[in-house]
Amino acid sequence: MTGIAELRLDGNAVGGLLGELFGLDLTAAPSTCGDCGAREQMACLDVYVGAGIVVRCCHCDAVMVRIVQGRGRTWLDLRGVASLELEE
Amino acid sequence: MLISRGFKGKRREGPADRVPPGQYLTDDFPVLSAGPTPHTPLEEWTFTIEGGAEPVRWSWEEFQALPSETITTDIHCVTKWSKLDTTWEGVAVDTLLEAVDHDAAYALAFCDGGYTTNLPLEDLIDGKGWVAYAYDGEELDPEHGGPARLLVPHLYFWKSAKWVRGLVLRDDDEPGFWESNGYHLRGDPWLEQRYWGD
Amino acid sequence: MRTLELGTQGWPGHRAGQHLDVRLTAEDGYQAQRSYSIASAPGDGLALTVERLEDGEVSPYLVDEAREGDQLEIRGPIGGYFVWDGDEPEPVLLVAGGSGVVPLMAMARHRVRLGSETPMRLVYSSRTWDEVVYRDELETLGLDVVHTLTREQPLGWTGYSRRIDAELLAEVAWPASESPRVYVCGSTRFVDAAADGLLALGYEAGWIRTERFGATG
Repeated sequence: MTGIAELRLDGNAVGGLLGELFGLDLTAAPSTCGDCGAREQMACLDVYVGAGIVVRCCHCDAVMVRIVQGRGRTWLDLRGVASLELEE
Repeated sequence: MLISRGFKGKRREGPADRVPPGQYLTDDFPVLSAGPTPHTPLEEWTFTIEGGAEPVRWSWEEFQALPSETITTDIHCVTKWSKLDTTWEGVAVDTLLEAVDHDAAYALAFCDGGYTTNLPLEDLIDGKGWVAYAYDGEELDPEHGGPARLLVPHLYFWKSAKWVRGLVLRDDDEPGFWESNGYHLRGDPWLEQRYWGD
Repeated sequence: MRTLELGTQGWPGHRAGQHLDVRLTAEDGYQAQRSYSIASAPGDGLALTVERLEDGEVSPYLVDEAREGDQLEIRGPIGGYFVWDGDEPEPVLLVAGGSGVVPLMAMARHRVRLGSETPMRLVYSSRTWDEVVYRDELETLGLDVVHTLTREQPLGWTGYSRRIDAELLAEVAWPASESPRVYVCGSTRFVDAAADGLLALGYEAGWIRTERFGATG
């Protein structure tokens, strides 16, 4: 049985999924937490795999992104991301 | 779709009357989580029902003193695994609602860590829902939702909210953590209600 | 462990440290997907080194079943953070826990192909000597390699025999004064412990890049 400590991955784990959705690699893209204002690259954020995927701020644990995939669709809740920085 | 020659996977199928469509059997108990495990000390733990004539609250001791039941049931996770004959001990939601004066049609369960899930009250009463604090004869492990979790086995297991701390009774169905982002409002595995629009 | 060489027709190339997502589909449409780090250096083909997990869904197929001529559905290369291109000036510290060595191996191999003189050091934790991947090749790459064997050591072993901690790192890591560039890869528990150990040495958080592997496979 997987221990819960091992369930916390990082943003590298959603790199492929987000890359496919956005058409660009977001692992190095900084985002700002809507709750505490911390600015970190996606790869540094905490990722949990539950019924869906949850990306949390690595400083304050606030939910930044929720992802559900099924029946050919992806639902993205980005409410917790105040700002996402993309390079040209 | 590229078929991988010779790939079968670990999944096992099960009897159709026990395993809902699209589900596979597992013997272990996969741990899935939306966030870090909370650790509320029992001296601070309370279970609250709001939305009735007035809020009703139990401390851990008071909760333990309530009549409890042992239930053996099958559980079904939307991520496709099902586990048969799991044993739990807990307080029936029916028992808790006896203390509350209400005429609500819906409930929103809330939990340590901020998780929420919504259900029609219909799906919590008449022996369909519990607040469970033991699994397989032992205290419920924190990684499985201990000290207590909601247990609503006839719906997909995301409704059986871990680290539950109470219910808000409502007139309307307010989507919870997953229901507001793609997962079905109700989640009946026998109707395969996994996602919006199912 | 098994290293699979994939054909690279149409492959756009990759950077050292990147990974692929591999998706398997059974005849009835059932799918499973996992991520695997690319072991080969950029320009040297496309190879994955896969650890077979006993309870795994995908790794047993890749290690036991997949054979020459089989097609694999992949997505990638993925990653713009956990990468080393070789033009960075700082000395490099690689910290590997078990199969976490794979992306770091791509970096070590890349350094050799570049003919780079950048100092590079690998601290590599494994359970036993038998489980050390790329054991012999690591001796030939011109980098400092420090092994620690945490479960069982061969007779006469004089190396480290415990989990990586601040004390061990203090003895083998570059001094903080060098402002090294660090890549840590392994399980969440391993990565957290190693990163904490480095911070205790005075390393800055911004120097340390981490990649956490899940326990599922």
